[in-house]
Amino acid sequence: MFGPYASFIVGSYAVVAGVIGALIVWIAWDHRRQNATLRELEASGVTRRSARGKTAAP
Amino acid sequence: MAVIDLANPTRFLKLVERLLPWLALATAVTLAIGLQQALSAPDDYQQGATVKIMFIHVPNAWLSMFVWGVMSLSALGTLVWRHPLADVSAQAAAPLGAAFTFLALVTGSLWGRPMWGTYWEWDARMTSVLVLFVMYLGLIALWRSVEDPSRAARAAAVLTLVGAINLPIIKFSVDWWNTLHQPASVLRAGGPALDNAFLIPLLIMGVAFSLLFVTLHLAAMRNEILRRRVRSLRMMQAAQGAA
Repeated sequence: MFGPYASFIVGSYAVVAGVIGALIVWIAWDHRRQNATLRELEASGVTRRSARGKTAAP
Repeated sequence: MAVIDLANPTRFLKLVERLLPWLALATAVTLAIGLQQALSAPDDYQQGATVKIMFIHVPNAWLSMFVWGVMSLSALGTLVWRHPLADVSAQAAAPLGAAFTFLALVTGSLWGRPMWGTYWEWDARMTSVLVLFVMYLGLIALWRSVEDPSRAARAAAVLTLVGAINLPIIKFSVDWWNTLHQPASVLRAGGPALDNAFLIPLLIMGVAFSLLFVTLHLAAMRNEILRRRVRSLRMMQAAQGAA
């Protein structure tokens, strides 16, 4: 399809797709991990001052 | 919502939650159009089909410098205005900038082999971009190695501003020195040297990669804010345990 240099062209696009894909997966995984840790901490009774303020308000 | 309200991380997070799906959609659509245009562009009379590598190499090269520019603005935000999100922005952008710079180097190398007969040459453009990549890695290492976040933020901000000197060196290296790398073809005096058959797909890919960066940057900033909340809660937990 791309002539004698197909391996260079396909290789370039594959590397870009792989690295961008890895970035997206890493960011999505990190978001889930941070959210899960926050929920664990809050469930154990540790809350931020701003969150305490909200629950304590009449 | 006033811009100053975004200094509040909670409000910023709410805005990011609303924006991210739309940004991701815009990125996917623009990228799909750009890829279709890039892959159906004609072969170059000299470079043949390898010109297709340009459509991914150039946007990554643009972003490698643009991201450092964003981090430099964030560094000013940290040092001058002490904006609460400035260091978050810089820290979230660094791995993205490192990835785009890595991709610019790898795709450039894969383009160079069939066109120049070599994967690598220590010319001014390639060497200055490699220096940029090493600086990204150095900054990431700095943030990880300094335990006090405010000290790490100030040190990283100073290093970022010093490193910004490399940006004009990269941009003008092809004019100042005799390099194997070709001179600028798009952002140059006298207008782009590319035919529209190549320029239009390239610009669409440039917009697509810029949207990709904005999307990933906002998502990574959201993660960084959550990470800092986790850290402060753990410190509170440790303090309660010690009391």
